[in-house]
Amino acid sequence: MFLINCPFCGERDQSEFSSGGEAHIVRPKQPTELSDDEWAEYLFMRKNIKGIQFERWNHVHGCRKWFNIVRDTSNDKILSVYKMGEKPPVNYK
Amino acid sequence: MPNYRIHKTEYIDETKRVSFKYDGKTYFGYEGDTLASALLANGIHLVGRSFKYHRPRGIVSCGAEEPNAICQIGSKKDLTEPNVRATELELYEGLEASSQNCWPNVKFDIGGINNFISPLIPAGFYYKTFMWPKSFWKKVYEPLIRLSAGLGKSPTEPDPDIYDHKYVHYDVLVIGGGVSGIIAAKMAAKNNLKTLLVDDKKILGGSTIYQNNESIKIDDKLSSEWLKNEIQEIKKLSNLTIKTRTSIAAYHGYNFLLAKENLTDHLPEEKKKNKIRQRLWKIRAKKVVIAAGSIERPLVFNNNDRPGILLSNSINKYLDYYGVTCGENIILFTNNDSAYETSISLHKKGIKNIIVDLRKSASSELIKQAESLGIKIYFNHVVTNTFGYRKINSLEIMKLSEDGNTTVGNKIRLSCDCLGMSGGWTPMVHMHTQSGGKLDFRDEDQVFLPKENSEDQISVGSCNGDFDLENIIDKTVNKINKFLDIDNQDYQDTNIICSKENDKRNIWLLPNKIPLGKTKCFIDFQNDSTAKDIKLALKEGFRSIEHVKRYTTTGMATDQGKLSNMHALGIIADTAGVKMGTLGTTTFRPPFTPLTFGTLVGRNVGKFFEVVRKTSMHEWHVENNAEFENVGQWKRPWYYPKNGENMHDAVQRESKAARDSAGILDASTLGKIDIQGTDASEFLNRVYTNAWSKLAIRKCRYGLMLNEDGMVYDDGVTTRISENHYLMTTTTGGAANVLSKLEDYLQTEWPELDVYLTSVTDHYSTASICGPNSKKILNKLFPNLDLSDENFPHMSFKEDKLKNINCRIMRISFTGELSYEINIESKYGHSLWKMCIEAGKEFNLTPYGTETMHLLRAEKGFIIVGQDTDGTMTPSDLQMDWIVSKKKYDFIGKRSLYRSDTIREDRKQLVGLLTDDPKEILEEGAQIVSDVKSKPIDMLGHVTSSYFSPNLNKSIALAVVRSGKTMKGQKLIIPMENKNINVTVSDTIFLDKENKRLNA
Repeated sequence: MFLINCPFCGERDQSEFSSGGEAHIVRPKQPTELSDDEWAEYLFMRKNIKGIQFERWNHVHGCRKWFNIVRDTSNDKILSVYKMGEKPPVNYK
Repeated sequence: MPNYRIHKTEYIDETKRVSFKYDGKTYFGYEGDTLASALLANGIHLVGRSFKYHRPRGIVSCGAEEPNAICQIGSKKDLTEPNVRATELELYEGLEASSQNCWPNVKFDIGGINNFISPLIPAGFYYKTFMWPKSFWKKVYEPLIRLSAGLGKSPTEPDPDIYDHKYVHYDVLVIGGGVSGIIAAKMAAKNNLKTLLVDDKKILGGSTIYQNNESIKIDDKLSSEWLKNEIQEIKKLSNLTIKTRTSIAAYHGYNFLLAKENLTDHLPEEKKKNKIRQRLWKIRAKKVVIAAGSIERPLVFNNNDRPGILLSNSINKYLDYYGVTCGENIILFTNNDSAYETSISLHKKGIKNIIVDLRKSASSELIKQAESLGIKIYFNHVVTNTFGYRKINSLEIMKLSEDGNTTVGNKIRLSCDCLGMSGGWTPMVHMHTQSGGKLDFRDEDQVFLPKENSEDQISVGSCNGDFDLENIIDKTVNKINKFLDIDNQDYQDTNIICSKENDKRNIWLLPNKIPLGKTKCFIDFQNDSTAKDIKLALKEGFRSIEHVKRYTTTGMATDQGKLSNMHALGIIADTAGVKMGTLGTTTFRPPFTPLTFGTLVGRNVGKFFEVVRKTSMHEWHVENNAEFENVGQWKRPWYYPKNGENMHDAVQRESKAARDSAGILDASTLGKIDIQGTDASEFLNRVYTNAWSKLAIRKCRYGLMLNEDGMVYDDGVTTRISENHYLMTTTTGGAANVLSKLEDYLQTEWPELDVYLTSVTDHYSTASICGPNSKKILNKLFPNLDLSDENFPHMSFKEDKLKNINCRIMRISFTGELSYEINIESKYGHSLWKMCIEAGKEFNLTPYGTETMHLLRAEKGFIIVGQDTDGTMTPSDLQMDWIVSKKKYDFIGKRSLYRSDTIREDRKQLVGLLTDDPKEILEEGAQIVSDVKSKPIDMLGHVTSSYFSPNLNKSIALAVVRSGKTMKGQKLIIPMENKNINVTVSDTIFLDKENKRLNA
């Protein structure tokens, strides 16, 4: 069970959080301009990486804020935590 | 009665005699005994029958690894526990235990016949036998397997015991209270770290605490004496918590561990009462030191499973700790030095014993000591067979060939009443691997060791492969200093003398002249798998250790292969000709030892099983005999039976009353979200399919919310309270998810919007009054409010006071009747409800529940999200195209509404169904077909809602049917078990299509 360092509340047990899947998938600004394939790419396609992965998490039983984390899925280590709207740390690209 | 208790020890209190029952007979032991040591003291070795062949089995070990001595404890229907290890169960006055897996009794067991037909029960017996004929499965094979499967009996009534959970945080957790664990805990705690030390035994000290060999010394004291001093010292440390009788069950990521503390299992019946039985500790530790120790390996030879054959070190513990000898004429069979400790101990207590050693020679101090005592040692010999049915009485040994692959010379027969085996030691790497750690293989003594300890987890002592005392202490001290980044000098000058050496001759399957097929060389005692089974599996093509394990069931019993896994691996490696280290191991999964369900569940039983949400009107519903329905966590009145009515009759009466005069529903559970901010209208535009900007202040509008994939997610009415202030309602079950979804979009996709969301579900109570007389009732409650259609039309909102308390009143309808929803601050909800009931008396105002609500809305064809939809329905599928704005550029899910899949015309679509026989009520969930003759039958859809409408005096149903939109008037069939029901596709609106009743 992870310990997650919520950027607003500090370290908390994983049971306080819910995962929101892959991070940095931006909703298209003009969905109507997209082909079925392009829209499907946004809607359905998610990476499932073994290694460094960017994820969305929500402190649902806490401050209810969404934020991003960088997690190494091979050992579950959370390498970085950052707020929504902030750029992902470049050293994990 | 024989007495095998031959000397006093400080751990057995001979002044406190304890009586207990085993298999119905009364025996005596002493305080300090385990059930196993007490049985052995009474000369009892035979304690069970093996699972498959029903062979007699005896106590093998003295700890958690025990495969044979598992008992049924207690006999009460609510207080009986199967598979309890006699080696771990502390004796208490009045204990009742019985053996398992035998009938009629352990000494004469009918199932023993399996032993003689064993050639017919090879590995994979079940997979091979119960395959055909197919028709036999349900009637013959399954009942047969169920009859013979499983060990012991489960209780049949709820567990009356109390269990508890506790969360704790520590700087350092030390697992295991042997020498290395005690040193680690002392070093951590003395360095001001908040430390927790857990051990599964009653007292600390591991196997060193009863060590009494003169040639193993620390600081010129017996190692046990030295350790007792250390224990005294650590007990004084204020920031060290010591928990005995506490075993780690699971080691999860981020140093989150579960431990089970036994609080009353060792107490007599009367002292257990009203106390917490077991406590589950949920531990977060910054650093974890694993000092879990190691367990001795058995040896694999023919008939190695007879009662009276134990692990050598266990014989030593029974002797030196419990004062009990396992026999009077003992043979120790070993491949390493540690059996010599046992031998010398036995010899000193006057127990005759000889040693059979696989090694060609050995010359450590310990061996010299044994030799000088005159103990007979057969070097380079192997045990090839044992004899005796209910207990071993003799065995045969032979000389080993030079390469150890075969035997040479003549058999020597030796008599004995007990055999100790020592195949070396297996480090307990369970915790390390559970935490995600990998393993290395050490060839010299064939052990898996923890690899690359992480910065917050370390293994020390024998679980790290350090078996001799000198290594244990020196390495532990160095590793802990580094691990905790401290500089502790306490053990700098500790002087250790250890005469044991780590020299070993490892042979996984011992050679024998008898062909393997005719031997019974057991690997897994509890599941009865033999070396022959493993080889057969390999012959049949199994290669992966995980597959061999499942095919032969090796390591799959309640002991999870603590004694067997290494031998299975070794034999696979030898047979397949590969290096053992390359095979890997099977996965070590939690729990380490079985946990009771009670411990896992803790206090969350009965009324604490789940949170219950009640509306403020709840007491009234209870007083008025409501039957309740669970909707999410809410208790909602389902119907209100009167004078012994059944549900059908009550719902018919309620539904009729609501349409003929007036009905009242507790609608407090609907989700309510307060939405404020300058961009509130724009926000609603984006989350609902219809347009919101032009909604006038104090007006209400129904909205449909989609997922981004275009499927209906939730619905409800939203009211514009002022320019920048809305009140959204959601379905009862969807409230929390809708709020989360809205917050997600606001925080991540549209942070620029000025919108604030607050859940106010619990802040307001809601009474919904509907029916032609509802206006008259409202008028009595709010005499100053102008209820005319001009002033207060359908889909509008007013505020008024009820006895000085503010109320929000919406004229909205989910029944199709003229209808008002009165919202009041929750603390006044109960009063509001009672005043409504009082005011409605003269109009036969009838309280109705969710079932009537469902029926009334179905008459009008209103959907219920989650009942008529299932996450695959678009608005168009629901024939609700009217609510999807064509003008809006974007809203959640819009783009998906014209994907190739969502515009298919043969999607399942919502329709109405009328049965040809108007009295026939369809079953919800029933399949719909057009033709029952063609095979396979083409399934067109299913019934989603079905009721008998008292207002229409006929059965009505909603259903989803492939291409249903185009099928109006078409005949379809609902095939049921006994008959086919004929139906006709209809409109989804059954009553008042013109909406006249809304303004009645």
